[in-house]
Amino acid sequence: MKKVKGFSLYKVYVVSCIVLGIAAAFFGLWFLQKLLVPKYQRGVVEGAMIAEYYDSEEPHEVIFLGDCEVYENISTVALYRDYGISSYIRGSAQQLTWQSYYLLEDTLRYETPRVVVFNVLALKYGEPQSESYNRMTLDGMAWSSSKWNAIEASMTEGENMIDYVFPILRYHSRWNELTRTDFEHVFQRDRVTINGYYMRTDILPEAEFPSSMPLADYTLPETSMEYLEMMFDLCRENDIEFVLIKAPTLYPYWYEEWDDQVREFADSHHIPYINYIQLRDQIGLDMTTDTYDAGLHLNLAGAEKFADYIGRYLVINYDLTDYREVPEVARLWEDDIQFYDQLRDAQNAELAEYGELRSWGANAIEN
Amino acid sequence: MLFTSLQFIVFIAVLTAVYHLFVPQNEKWGLLLIASLAFYFFADPRYLIFIGVTAFTAYVFAILTEDYNSKRKAYLKANKESFDSESKKKYKATTARVSKLFLALALIINLGILAATKYTNFVIDTINTWRTEPLSFVNIIIPMGISFYTFQTVSYSIDISRGTVKAQRNFWKFLLFTSFFPQLVQGPISRYGDLSETLYNPKPLELRNFSLGLIRILWGYFKKLVIADRLVIGLKTLVETPDEYKGAYVFVVMMLYAAQLYCDFTGGIDITIGIAQTLGVTVKENFDLPYFSKNIKEYWNRWHMTMGTWFTDYIFYPLSVSPTMLKLSKWSRQHLGNAIGKRVTVYISCFCVWLATGIWHGAAWHFVVWGLMNFVVIMASQELEPLYAKFHNKFGFKGKKWYSAFEILRTFLLMSSLKLFDCYRDVGLTFKMFGSMFYTFNIGKLFNGSLLELGLNKGDYWVASIALVIVFLVSLYKKLKGREAREMLFEKLPLFVLCAVCLLLATVVFGAYGTGFDASQFIYNQF
Amino acid sequence: MDELIEILQDLHSDVDFETCTTLIDDKILDSFDIVSIVSEVNDRFDVAIPAKELIPENFNSAAALWALISRLEED
Repeated sequence: MKKVKGFSLYKVYVVSCIVLGIAAAFFGLWFLQKLLVPKYQRGVVEGAMIAEYYDSEEPHEVIFLGDCEVYENISTVALYRDYGISSYIRGSAQQLTWQSYYLLEDTLRYETPRVVVFNVLALKYGEPQSESYNRMTLDGMAWSSSKWNAIEASMTEGENMIDYVFPILRYHSRWNELTRTDFEHVFQRDRVTINGYYMRTDILPEAEFPSSMPLADYTLPETSMEYLEMMFDLCRENDIEFVLIKAPTLYPYWYEEWDDQVREFADSHHIPYINYIQLRDQIGLDMTTDTYDAGLHLNLAGAEKFADYIGRYLVINYDLTDYREVPEVARLWEDDIQFYDQLRDAQNAELAEYGELRSWGANAIEN
Repeated sequence: MLFTSLQFIVFIAVLTAVYHLFVPQNEKWGLLLIASLAFYFFADPRYLIFIGVTAFTAYVFAILTEDYNSKRKAYLKANKESFDSESKKKYKATTARVSKLFLALALIINLGILAATKYTNFVIDTINTWRTEPLSFVNIIIPMGISFYTFQTVSYSIDISRGTVKAQRNFWKFLLFTSFFPQLVQGPISRYGDLSETLYNPKPLELRNFSLGLIRILWGYFKKLVIADRLVIGLKTLVETPDEYKGAYVFVVMMLYAAQLYCDFTGGIDITIGIAQTLGVTVKENFDLPYFSKNIKEYWNRWHMTMGTWFTDYIFYPLSVSPTMLKLSKWSRQHLGNAIGKRVTVYISCFCVWLATGIWHGAAWHFVVWGLMNFVVIMASQELEPLYAKFHNKFGFKGKKWYSAFEILRTFLLMSSLKLFDCYRDVGLTFKMFGSMFYTFNIGKLFNGSLLELGLNKGDYWVASIALVIVFLVSLYKKLKGREAREMLFEKLPLFVLCAVCLLLATVVFGAYGTGFDASQFIYNQF
Repeated sequence: MDELIEILQDLHSDVDFETCTTLIDDKILDSFDIVSIVSEVNDRFDVAIPAKELIPENFNSAAALWALISRLEED
């Protein structure tokens, strides 16, 4: 195009080129970012858990916070089926105490539950542990000051805030390892949990754990205890009951000394603390059939038993709604139950066919 | 602040916005100065002292020289009658000595600072190889870009003394010339005569200039991040375990390094000149398709040009045409015959230039040897010229396309071999590795997957290769059409915008940056 | 002027120095040639060309070079 066509027309042409160029650059970066970030759809699905919360439409009266000791051990569907409890597990792999705190903050932006249940295992970590676990927990959070603060608190050495703000800067070299799953899930993700519960139906009986190593210092780190205190305060401000639990699994090892400290905290703050390790028999756990990874985590059978047990405690002690009686919520739960049953059947079918799970867990990890 | 750091990119973006939106035309140089000093300050506040002293020295002696020279000219003019040609000559000679003294002082101080900071430990290290009791190294900082800004001030001092430029009377303006930040990292080495006007009166914001600058910055980042910083990973493995990677691998090193150095250096220069261009400042070109050169002399006229012309103008010429040299030339022609005698002085000057070039590149013996090897090759090709001429007369290959291609390839291989000194950074090792190419036959090994063990995977090789093809095509365009591809693109604005967007996206995705990749320092940093 | 052309012709017999005005710009003369010219001129014309005059403008054509020599002779 030449200038002869009239000055103003030329100007329009130039300006539209520039505007379109800038728009194309932003769109391109946005799309490539969507394409390049890990989707956590197969194998390692823990990175997809946090984001799923925002899609859940029903109200949640109980929120569980913690690491794998909650999201693999408590069946949210069993809680609903048995007691009508509508709950959500905001948990992810090695979710650190401050991450749980900020996830609570985040959750309160959407709803105010009646009870918050925190699993105490993560209290042992006073320092950020690893970038990949950080990423799996933090990347899924919706943007808010809570996310920003959670990142600030979690970054390990060499991590930068900018890489969280623009994940493409961190994940750009994944162009080399993109799989079909990445292309299929640019814009939509498959569901990997049922209200935060990660289901496994396979069985690998509990084995001998390595004996506990003596520690130089049994004091739970100050940082994590501070965030526990902050969680307590946040619950009190919002009129939420705060409950501490220790899941019934034996490993990673939960030391007596730690238990005492948590109990002391609970007593001084007048909140309940239940260590379910001592209650394995009452729960009815049979660790030859109720775990899928030699006792580290419960499988579906175990998670349903534990849910049944902890659910009874919750309905007895707190004034919870029986959502089975609330049609609009029950309808939503019906969908969850349907998905839950389908998932269970699919896993069982694979187990019957191959003797192991191929589409879930370690076998499904894509390289 | 590395060019590839996020801070730098943000720094440039903010500066450019403020510069064009809020600063009046006649105050723009002030913001450039502030930005330059800030750039230095954030690197290390102590650097400011060094650059300040160097700038001040050149500044003061320039004014002294110019004032003195104009005074003596005025005196000559006023007292025309009282001078005859003999006494006039005598007056000129005595006063010229004073002016030379100013120059000498300026050079001694500024080159002294350069020598003291950069070469003290090199000298100590060298002395230590002969001593049983080693001397301890001194803990000294090497200010960023000292080789570059010192050379700029030295050329200024000499130009003032020659009377070819006018002295800058505003210290702050002169400090800007010395410290202009985009070129501090790796040049170009600008001359006061070239840079001053455009620096103090930058071009106003204008679409073409700004767009060309912007795409040039992107192009620089593309070359640097996608190619150079990727290949450096493989190079590191090869060079750091020389015992394992001999023979054919040395050839791989040559090729990788030729590509890596070219993309790193020209990429950095593109970023520099591009930034200057978006700010309305015209900085002199530093490269002119060096890898298309047909002989080594031509290569050095096209590679790091501002350094080459600097050495020519301020060492080679003055040395060659000095009275002593002219006398020596006359003597040698009389005693050694016209053919040889003519070349003796040229070679002496040439030797000095390459010695200096080697030392300038770095305080290490491998650089010195590298410089002298260049000298040897240039001398050899000069001496072989009559032989070539005979050869060409007989066969008439000259000018044929395939022969030109052969010459280009030959020069490329020769220069790539010399660059091995810079790779292995040890004179003995370099010779050993170069030799191993001829007696270790392991070409087969290259194809059994061993190249995938260098830290680069198949995808990396693909990306680097495709990017290199793009770089080659862009260079070829310039070679054939005589102008830059981006200038052609600008005439088709939508295509230009599309290319800019693609460059940006390709660099963001395929760039070798972030965790897992070393943000390797510019090869020419700290020079 | 003829003598000067002769000097130049000695260096590059294939160049038409009478008309060419881009000796430097087109890289016909390189720095080695320039130094040779300076030393020849010094011999034959007894004119010392100082380093500061070794700029493209003075060497782009035989005429420019001749003008330089004449100027320096006068001085």
